[in-house]
Amino acid sequence: MAELNQATPADFTLLPNDRKRNNETIEKPSLSFMQDAWRRLKKNKGAFISLWIVVIIALAAFLTVPYANPTTTSKQDVNQQNLPAKVPGNIPGLNGMQKVDGQRFDAYKKAHVKQGEYHVFGTDQFGRDIFKRVLYGTRISLEVALIAAMIDLVFGVSYGLISGWKGGRVDMIMQRIVEIVSSVPNLVIFVLLILILKPGLFSIALGISLTSWTSMARLVRAEVLSLKEQDFVSAARTLGTSPVKIGLRHLVPNISSTIIVQLMFTIPSAIFFEALLSFIGIGIPVPMASLGTLLNDGQAAFQFYPYQLVFPAIVMSVLMIAFNLLADGLRDAFDPRTRD
Amino acid sequence: MSGMIKYVLKRLGIILLTLIIIISITFFLMKLMPGSPLANAARLSDTQRQVIEAQYGLDKPLIVQYWNYVVNALQFNFGNSFQFQNQPVSTLIAQRIGPSAQLGIQALVFGIVFGIGLGAAAAVRRNTAADTGLSIIAVLGVSIPSFVFAALLQYYVGLKLNWLPIAGWEGFKFTILPTIALGMQPMATAARFIRTEMVDVMGSDYIELARAKGLSGSDIVWKHTLRNSLIPLVTLIGPMAVNLMTGSVVIEKIFAIPGIGGQFVSSILTNDYPLIMGTTIVYSMMLMVVLLITDIVYGLIDPRIRLSN
Repeated sequence: MAELNQATPADFTLLPNDRKRNNETIEKPSLSFMQDAWRRLKKNKGAFISLWIVVIIALAAFLTVPYANPTTTSKQDVNQQNLPAKVPGNIPGLNGMQKVDGQRFDAYKKAHVKQGEYHVFGTDQFGRDIFKRVLYGTRISLEVALIAAMIDLVFGVSYGLISGWKGGRVDMIMQRIVEIVSSVPNLVIFVLLILILKPGLFSIALGISLTSWTSMARLVRAEVLSLKEQDFVSAARTLGTSPVKIGLRHLVPNISSTIIVQLMFTIPSAIFFEALLSFIGIGIPVPMASLGTLLNDGQAAFQFYPYQLVFPAIVMSVLMIAFNLLADGLRDAFDPRTRD
Repeated sequence: MSGMIKYVLKRLGIILLTLIIIISITFFLMKLMPGSPLANAARLSDTQRQVIEAQYGLDKPLIVQYWNYVVNALQFNFGNSFQFQNQPVSTLIAQRIGPSAQLGIQALVFGIVFGIGLGAAAAVRRNTAADTGLSIIAVLGVSIPSFVFAALLQYYVGLKLNWLPIAGWEGFKFTILPTIALGMQPMATAARFIRTEMVDVMGSDYIELARAKGLSGSDIVWKHTLRNSLIPLVTLIGPMAVNLMTGSVVIEKIFAIPGIGGQFVSSILTNDYPLIMGTTIVYSMMLMVVLLITDIVYGLIDPRIRLSN
C-alpha cells in the first residue's frame, strides 16, 4: 500500500484516444465450429496421420478398379501357384526366395516367371496375385462399411429424432424396441436375416446396420431430448415451422458432431464384422472377395505360406487402427472437454 | 429392497418378452423356408404321409404348431437336428456348451485382470513413455480383429516357437492361446477405461484430501483411486460379453474347439435349421442374463445408482 501511495501522476500515461474504438474488436479471426474442430484435429498427430492413411488406402482401393477388378483378380495361373512376395530390388524376405527342407531357391525362376514380373504380395494357391486381391478386397470391405454407415445414418438418426422429439408413450415404446434389439447378440440377428436374404454386398451391409443402428438412435435421442427444450427450438415452433423442418434444419446441424463421430466408429466395426462373417464363410459370396475372405484363405495356408495371411492381416489391421484413431481424434476435436 | 425386486421382475418380464419375440421370428422363418421334409415323398401313400405328419405335429393348424413350438422352446426343447440324425438339439448344445463357457469366462477374467493392471499402471505414470506405450497397446488391442490376432499367435507361438499347441481342446495348455486371442479386446477396452477413470478420480477433491492427510502414494492409488474407478467398469461387462460371444464363434473355428460357436457355424453352413434356432435362442438368453446380472451388481456396489429408477 505504501508504494501505491507514493505513485505520482507522472507514473500514469493517458491512453490514446483511438484506443477506445479498437478495444472491442477481436484480434484473432473468428473460426466456425468446423474450422475449430479441424484445427484441433490437425494438432492431434496420431489422428491426422490416420486421416491420411485412410484417405490413401481408400484412394488406392477405389482408383485401381481397372487394375484390380473381378476379372483380373480371378485370373488363375497354375504355373504360378504360391509364389512368395517379390518386389523390384533385392530386399531380403521380399525377393521371391523360398525355403523348403532347409534349401533356399528362387521360386520365380523355378516357376519360369518372366524376368521383370513381380507379385508384390505373392500369389495364392490358384496363382492369383494377392496384391490385386487385397486391393479388390479392401474396396469391397469399404463398400460394405459405407453402405452400413449410410443405413445407420438415415435410419438411426431419424429413429432417434422421432423418439426424442415425440417423447411420452411413443418414446417409451421406441426405446423398449431399441432395448430388445440390442439385447440380442448381433451375430444372431445377422444369421436370421441371412437365412431369408441371399448373401451379397447389400444384404450384408443391411445385416450389419440392423444391429448397429441402436447406438446411433440412442445417442441422437439423448441429444434431442436436451435440445428440444432450448429457446431456438421453441422459437421455431412458435413461428409454425413443421416438425420435420425443425428436425432437419435445427436439430441435426446441432448434433452433427455426435453423428459424425458415431459414424466414424461404425465404419471400423462394420469392416470388422464383415470380415468376421466372411471369415466363417457366411459373408461375401465366393466370386467376390473381401479382406475377411482373404484372411480366411490365408489362414488355411499359413503353415506353409505365411505371407498369404500376413499381407491381408497387415492391411486389415492398419485400416482398423487408422479408423479407430481417427474416430478418437474426431471425438476429441469436436468436444475438447472429453480429452484426458 | 422392494424397489429392487420390482426392478428385477420387470427386467425378467422384458427378457421373457424378447425371448418370445425371437422364438416367434425363428418359427415363422422356418415356416417360410422353401421345401419341407416330405417334399420328396411322392411315393408315400396318403396314410403314410398322415402318420408321419402326425408324428411331427405337422397335421395341426399353424397356430397350434406355433404355440407348441413356443412352449417347447421355452423349455429348451428345440426338436431334432437335421445334420446329426435324431439327436435332440438341446443335447447337442448341452454337450458343447462347456468349452465355450470356459473359454468365454477365461477370456473375460484375463481381459479384465490385465486390463485393470495395465490401465492403472498407465494412469499412475501418466504422460510418460510407459503411458504412451500402454496406450499404443490399447489401440492395437481394440483395433486388430481377434481372428487376425489368433492366426498370428498360432503361427508365431504355436508353429514357429512351438511353445503351445496350435489347436485342439485337451487340457489347460490348449486354452491359453485362444484365451489370449479372445481376451485382447476386453483387455484393451478395460485398460483404456480404467486409465481415463483413474486420471479423472485423481483430480477429485477426496484424493486431494487423502494426500493432505499424509497417506502414502500407494495407499492413495490402491485404496482410493483404483477402488472407485472399478465400479463403472461393471457397465463394460455387458458390451464385452456381446463381443466375446461373436468373437468366440471365430476363435472356436480357428482353434478347433468343440464349443457351440463352432457348431453354430457348421449348422449355418449346412442349413440345420433346428440347431440354428436353438443356438440363437441360447445365445440371446445368455446375453440377456449377463446384462441383467451386471445391472444388478452395479446397483448393489454403487449406492448412487437407484435401480428402481
